Amino acid sequence: MSAAMSWEIVIGLEIHTQLATASKIFSGASTAYGAPPNSQACLVDLGYPGALPVLNEQAVLMAIKFGLATHCKIAPRSVFARKNYFYPDLPKGYQISQYELPIVQSGHIDIFTENGELKTIGITRAHLEEDAGKSLHEKFERYSGIDLNRAGTPLLEIVSEPDLRSAAEAGAYMRKIHELVRYLGISDGNMQEGSFRCDANVSVRRRGDTVLGTRAELKNLNSFRFVEKAIEIEAERQIELLEDGGTVIQETRLYDADRNETRPMRTKEEANDYRYFPDPDLLPVVIEPAVVESIRASLPELPDAKRTRFMEQYALSAYDADVLTSSAGLAEYFEAAVTHAKQAPPKLIANWVQGKVIAALNEDGLEIGESKVGPADLGALTDKIADETLSGKLANEVFEALRAGSGTVDAIIAQRGLQQITDQGEIEKLVRGVIAEHPAQAQQFRDGNAKVLGFFVGKVMQASQGKANPQQVNALLRSLLTG
Amino acid sequence: MHEQTLTELSQALAQNRVSSRELTAHYLQRIEKFDTTLNSFITVTGESALAQADAADARRARGEATPLTGIPIAHKDIFCTAGVKTSCGSRMLDNFISPYDATVVARLKEAGVVMLGKTNMDEFAMGSSNETSYYGPVRNPWKHDCVPGGSSGGSAAAVTAGLCSAATGTDTGGSIRQPAALTGLTGLKPTYGRVSRYGMIAFASSLDQAGTLTRSAADAALLLQAIAGFDDHDSTALDDPVPDYGAALHTPWKKLRIGVPKNFFDDGLDADNAAAVRASLEVFAKLGATIKPIQLDHVHLSVPVYYVVAPAEASSNLSRFDGVRFGYRAAGVNNLDELYRRTRGEGFGAEVKRRILTGTYVLSTGYYDAYYLQAQKVRQLISEDFRLAFADVDLIAGPTTPTPAFALGQKTGDPIQMYLNDIYTIGANLAGLPAMSIPCGLVGGLPVGLQLVGPHLAEEQLLKAAHHYQQETAWHCQTPEAYA
Repeated sequence: MSAAMSWEIVIGLEIHTQLATASKIFSGASTAYGAPPNSQACLVDLGYPGALPVLNEQAVLMAIKFGLATHCKIAPRSVFARKNYFYPDLPKGYQISQYELPIVQSGHIDIFTENGELKTIGITRAHLEEDAGKSLHEKFERYSGIDLNRAGTPLLEIVSEPDLRSAAEAGAYMRKIHELVRYLGISDGNMQEGSFRCDANVSVRRRGDTVLGTRAELKNLNSFRFVEKAIEIEAERQIELLEDGGTVIQETRLYDADRNETRPMRTKEEANDYRYFPDPDLLPVVIEPAVVESIRASLPELPDAKRTRFMEQYALSAYDADVLTSSAGLAEYFEAAVTHAKQAPPKLIANWVQGKVIAALNEDGLEIGESKVGPADLGALTDKIADETLSGKLANEVFEALRAGSGTVDAIIAQRGLQQITDQGEIEKLVRGVIAEHPAQAQQFRDGNAKVLGFFVGKVMQASQGKANPQQVNALLRSLLTG
Repeated sequence: MHEQTLTELSQALAQNRVSSRELTAHYLQRIEKFDTTLNSFITVTGESALAQADAADARRARGEATPLTGIPIAHKDIFCTAGVKTSCGSRMLDNFISPYDATVVARLKEAGVVMLGKTNMDEFAMGSSNETSYYGPVRNPWKHDCVPGGSSGGSAAAVTAGLCSAATGTDTGGSIRQPAALTGLTGLKPTYGRVSRYGMIAFASSLDQAGTLTRSAADAALLLQAIAGFDDHDSTALDDPVPDYGAALHTPWKKLRIGVPKNFFDDGLDADNAAAVRASLEVFAKLGATIKPIQLDHVHLSVPVYYVVAPAEASSNLSRFDGVRFGYRAAGVNNLDELYRRTRGEGFGAEVKRRILTGTYVLSTGYYDAYYLQAQKVRQLISEDFRLAFADVDLIAGPTTPTPAFALGQKTGDPIQMYLNDIYTIGANLAGLPAMSIPCGLVGGLPVGLQLVGPHLAEEQLLKAAHHYQQETAWHCQTPEAYA
């Protein structure tokens, strides 16, 4: 057993997702990204003397949506607290967050592990808070610039239980949450713009141990790939350290993608005693059960429920159903294609959606809603495969033609004469011709060299310009060669 | 003119016996004449005051006047005033020109009042004598070597000396009522949340409340009418409808039960001050009120609770003064730490630093439960005491302060003695209740006050009781001779 095999990695993630409200969580300033520095910061965001926060109700409703979608409890009463520390991009000298009483508490979400197994990950809590501004250290000599446009942007911090056991699981969980917040329409999930980022708590322990090891917190990981790589390299570091007889210290570390290593943040930044206390400027958030119920009723069918339904209704594997329900758009496309198809089985359509359709979208940089091959086209196309009009190869050709905008499935097939040849007599004629042309190979087959069959199939298909039904060709070759 | 109440001036303006310009010019002359001695104003806005007065006169001519149109008043320098320096009595904000008006300021502006200037105050409202101000102490118009009380000391001295008809103030632990008592004024601290805190520089957010310093209860009713009410800029502002306070003054009471806390008349209370308060209770009895002793079991813990809760909130509220975006910034700093240390070290005065340190301490890991959390629990008990008491009585009455005004410098060396000045007033802040101080006598030539505390949102009953008292007595009409 290798060294790594005898260790278990334990990971918990804190995901910060920016909520898609039009204005900030405690002020009326816009949250739009990319405006000139400090043009979207009002008196409240700037922490002016006498300015007071007023809670944006939209942010609360979005947090509730998330909570319901992850089987969490919605706290009937939650409290905003102040987290006190000094930093120039934190205008008030404190961040308004939720501490002891978060709005969303204890739920769970399912992920697929790298072995394709379904695993439930606990969600400890999700709380509302405001983002800080940005410090710009590069552009100025002897000074730092401060941009407070982001100050006061609403965030939902989603804290998982330490249930994740590998970098891949952490990545899968983060993707799952990312899909969900986009599914619910509560975040654009834009990682380049910092709308979705995470901190990872990583520790290791000997397999079989029940006590958690000392953890390191990896800060500000803003891509799925970085999360996975950072966790991997940090776990490696801890294992090596422990195997060499060292001890892990609890600290905050940063991941350096260029060097693929983690290193401790300056300890000074950790020495803060945040002195949390309830913010006296804000009343406790009281949520009536009726409000929760009306939001529950307004929720779209959630990915997990949809996945289960797809498995049952369309006889799909858990994996297929999971991929197809990873976004609302994809699920909608699949179901529309199934509806349009007259005889194609859902499994066939699922294969095409996951294969050619997604590949084409990736190639063209398009969203599913913009697909050049619409669900009606895909339904028609897969019908032609199901009724054996088209072979797989020909279907690919038709798909490409559809993508190029060359007309409907029927029109393309007619124009190009792509119908599969299924007429037994016509195929027999072709087969007999090919056998007559290649007596030596025919003899080889009769002498027991079964491999030669492939040669004949190729020749027949060539002769038919790829249109002959391969199954029929196969069967006829076998009987005529031996006969 | 300046000896008249705001109510009387309002009538004089309505009957065109005087113009706002005349009134404003008169007050500005008096400020010019007396304020070098009193030091009650930090900023005098003479030019804009006259312009506002002219606008008010024009508005009256158009027939669009409110009862407050053209009335010259002053704002405590804790209220943000657009385009005007808003210092909060601190070097930290000596260069701060507010870009916006506080809700209190905006609402009075809308009613047509004239702002004469911004009044002196204890730095960030932390003090009971106006001696912590960066702009120097204010003198008590009754006796120049005495303090006017604090933190709204400038407002109190200015109204008492007839430098303005009324003034705004704020009350976190007694900062309206205590100076009102020490200068012979009517001070009103409304229910927490009755008046918006937006634009009022925060000291202790869960205790701060804006109010008024006036010559009579009727004046207070007029001003409260204009400033009370919900504000969507302040989440803690109360959404309850605003009653007609003026109308409430004149309604007779069916019965009035006044509770008098026995423990408010203990050894700490000056004997003559106590006698004046007892005499005022007899006036109420004569007016038909029932006076009954009550017990407030935990009120003696008010001062220690207050000096945990208020500094805790203040330590956080004052973190925004970091030299980055506005206000004082230390010169020649080399790095961030130095910017913070020197800006805050040089910008804040000693009392403010004491409270920031105290507040930081009580919120720290390991001390939070023992101090902050414990104080919140006791605060609950104090609120509960009041709630129980109000099951049997309509108002609670007692002294506002333990003694009349004390000498300048007398208590500056002993913070505890200074803090004990607010021993009777803090309870109302902790419980969020409305309270008033009204003049009820003179002790050694200095005014003393009677404090009335009412249940939640009982401003009408409070103002009515004070008004009825002031119809029977003349203590509120007394003014220091030099300023007659």
